[in-house]
Amino acid sequence: MIEVILLSFLSAFLLPLFFRFNKKLPGIISTLVAFFLFIYFASTLPTILSGNVIKESTPWFPAVGINFSFYLDGLSLLFALLITGIGTVVFLYASKYMEDYKYSARFFVYLTSFMASMLGLVLSDNLILLFIFLELTSVTSFLLIGFKHEKESSRYAALQALIVTGTGGLILFAGIIAIGIIAGTFNISDLLSNQQLIVQHSAYGLILFTFLLGAFTKSAQFPFHFWLPSAMEAPTPVSAYLHSATMVKAGVFLLARMNPILGGTELWQNSLILFGTITMLFAILTAVKQTDLKKILAYSTVSILGTLVMLIGIGTDFAIRAMIITLIAHAIYKATLFLISGTIDSQTGTRDVTKLRGLKDKMPITFATAILAMLSMFGIIPFLGFIGKETLLDSVIRSGLYFPFLPIIVFVSSVFVIAVASIVVLRPFLFAFKKTPRDVTEAPFRMWIGPALLSLLGLVFGISATYSLTSIVNSVSASIFNFNSDYTIKLWYGFNLNFFLSVLIVLVGLVFYRYRNIFIKIVSHSAIINYVKPSFWYDKFISGLNKLATTQTSLLQTGFLRHYIIIIMLAFIVFVGYTFFRNIPLSEINPNFNSTTYEKILAGVIVISAFFVVKAKSRLYAIISMGVVGYSIAIIFVLYGAPDLALTQFAIETLSVILFVFVLYKLPKYQNFSHPTRRMRDFLIAGSSGLIITLIVFYVTSIQLQSEVKKFFSETSLPIGMGRNVVNVIIVDFRALDTLGEITVLGIAAIGVFSMLKLILREEKN
Amino acid sequence: MEALLAIVIGVLYTAGIYMMLRRSLVKVIFGLVFLGHAANLLIFTLGRITTGKPPFVAAGATSVVEPFADPLPQALILTAIIIGFGVQAFAIILFKKAYHTVGTDDVDKMNSTDRIE
Repeated sequence: MIEVILLSFLSAFLLPLFFRFNKKLPGIISTLVAFFLFIYFASTLPTILSGNVIKESTPWFPAVGINFSFYLDGLSLLFALLITGIGTVVFLYASKYMEDYKYSARFFVYLTSFMASMLGLVLSDNLILLFIFLELTSVTSFLLIGFKHEKESSRYAALQALIVTGTGGLILFAGIIAIGIIAGTFNISDLLSNQQLIVQHSAYGLILFTFLLGAFTKSAQFPFHFWLPSAMEAPTPVSAYLHSATMVKAGVFLLARMNPILGGTELWQNSLILFGTITMLFAILTAVKQTDLKKILAYSTVSILGTLVMLIGIGTDFAIRAMIITLIAHAIYKATLFLISGTIDSQTGTRDVTKLRGLKDKMPITFATAILAMLSMFGIIPFLGFIGKETLLDSVIRSGLYFPFLPIIVFVSSVFVIAVASIVVLRPFLFAFKKTPRDVTEAPFRMWIGPALLSLLGLVFGISATYSLTSIVNSVSASIFNFNSDYTIKLWYGFNLNFFLSVLIVLVGLVFYRYRNIFIKIVSHSAIINYVKPSFWYDKFISGLNKLATTQTSLLQTGFLRHYIIIIMLAFIVFVGYTFFRNIPLSEINPNFNSTTYEKILAGVIVISAFFVVKAKSRLYAIISMGVVGYSIAIIFVLYGAPDLALTQFAIETLSVILFVFVLYKLPKYQNFSHPTRRMRDFLIAGSSGLIITLIVFYVTSIQLQSEVKKFFSETSLPIGMGRNVVNVIIVDFRALDTLGEITVLGIAAIGVFSMLKLILREEKN
Repeated sequence: MEALLAIVIGVLYTAGIYMMLRRSLVKVIFGLVFLGHAANLLIFTLGRITTGKPPFVAAGATSVVEPFADPLPQALILTAIIIGFGVQAFAIILFKKAYHTVGTDDVDKMNSTDRIE
């Protein structure tokens, strides 16, 4: 499997080469790649459906348990088939839709990279690897949302999606590491065989929290859902593919994958049901008010994602089966409807449902496709959506959880789903034609064939469900539950309660669609809705963050060198001073004041000339005093057995004085003087720092020192370094690389000095 | 003598930090030179001082005979002196160029690049 993923990434990066050859090639080649991958995964169906799993591992960082481990079971195969199958349709569609874009090659590079990342995500057996692919899908999603980067709204939406999903991903990473520490492995397949380990650990609550945040941000659950409607800034094939059929289901995938490892507790069940239900209801209520086709579809996608999360939360085998069927049905009809909204947009020039009317005669094939998709979304027999709705109602009622609130909420949101589907399909296509910005014609072949096939698939899967879906649904639920289930899916269960509820939902939904304006009026008149909006708080948060950054930067970065040094020195005085006085008793400080007269004179000379430098009124005077300090230090080196240092210091000091005089003697006297109180403050800061250092040296020198390094160098200097001057041997032999670095630094400084000097001389000439 | 050196080091640090807090750029450079001297002496003293015994291997011997000055701080300081000179030379020329361009040696008037609007 690693070859498959590598191949997908490789093909993504080769696309620009083909683009130079022929502008249409990237679209066609990526379609073929997606189709090839679909065939590859379809060919593993017999193995997986017969109850086997395929595992593969290539070492990466084996020492810390991070490897390219892949795991193909029912759940990952279902996702792989959706990714590559819907991918094929979307790529084919996009090859026409994006044909006239200037940067179409770039688009296909992003989209193919996304497909590869998404495949990596669902196939990962290693949690760290899964995290990496999860973040890669966020990054490619960012690039695709911001594809029309010249538009500000695109950039805003792309950044928003990246911040929300990226933050969730990073929090998830903490949970993954915690699992790795507790279980000693990152391998999902190993964790599956030790299910109680995490659940019974005291950190379970925190780990669950990180996983829920990761999944909820990625799968756009309330209150993190707002990035998904904004993401509709992306070109429509992207919305159909990433933001409906595949990427936004990554969070659902993660929850399903972790269900055997983290699930089964009351905390898990209640949090998933709570957030799933709120998302389901809230999003579909918002969808009804929208007028942009894509926004309507986006909110209804958020609602379905809520439904899926809720079903995983309910967690019975009926609920899990309902989740799988709803997921398949939704991926098929929603991708179709998204692609149709793109077709309408490109053929008519608008996506505003209030401006679209009676397209059925102008676009008959698209109309037929839309009707098929709508019927599946309605949940009309014999479409796949019907089975989805039946099993959904069945599992919610059967579970008995939160009765009667949960069934009522599911009923209400299903009614709204009908209304939303009607707004998306019935309103633009039926009735008399209304003039649109462009002359309407039927979509070109590559743009209608894919959606048409997909919508037919919804019908075919519905009719043949018993034969086509039973085994895959059982295989997927086996991965989610971690045991084998044997259940036959049927289209028709007879005239039972669920069937009547289903019929009632459709009827009430259609009535609601007819009179929806009353509802919309009521909702849009309540101003409080703005404060409930999480996107409002997101904007507040981002602008607050910017303000905080500005404030703290202007506080710390004043532009005055003095302030920076004062902050550094105060930190030194407070932290080092505190640590020193806290830990060192004064009785242990025994400075050795024994010294000869000439040592005292030398020290006195240094102190006095330092004072002269500070107090000097002219620069020349200061330069000479500075030279005295340097030469005195050189004499100290002579006295205490460091002739090399003394030689160097003498040479350098002479050069310094010459350089100073050469550059500075022409300048006028000092002009600017600080206020006396300010000088007093500066002296206090400088004096305290100096005092602390003196005390530290007092203390350190009153301790005896046994240096192993000194012994080593003195014994090896001659036998290994072949030199009698130990200091020189260290410089040119033991630490030769350091010396090389030093020479390099000096060389760079010399080049800098030389070039600036030339510049100054040239300026002076002019 | 260590105590005396400790005081000298403290005075050099005081002078260095005080000079770096001044407005004239030349004084800031003097402060930089002071800090270099102070740090060198600090390393030298913390390695302990030994009077008049450089770390040389005498003719006929295979290793240095105790007592002798620790060679490692000396090697470090040797590097530091040279680097310090490089920094100093660069700072002086940079100052000259800045003075040419801006027409002042007041660091308080050279802060526009650091401020945010």
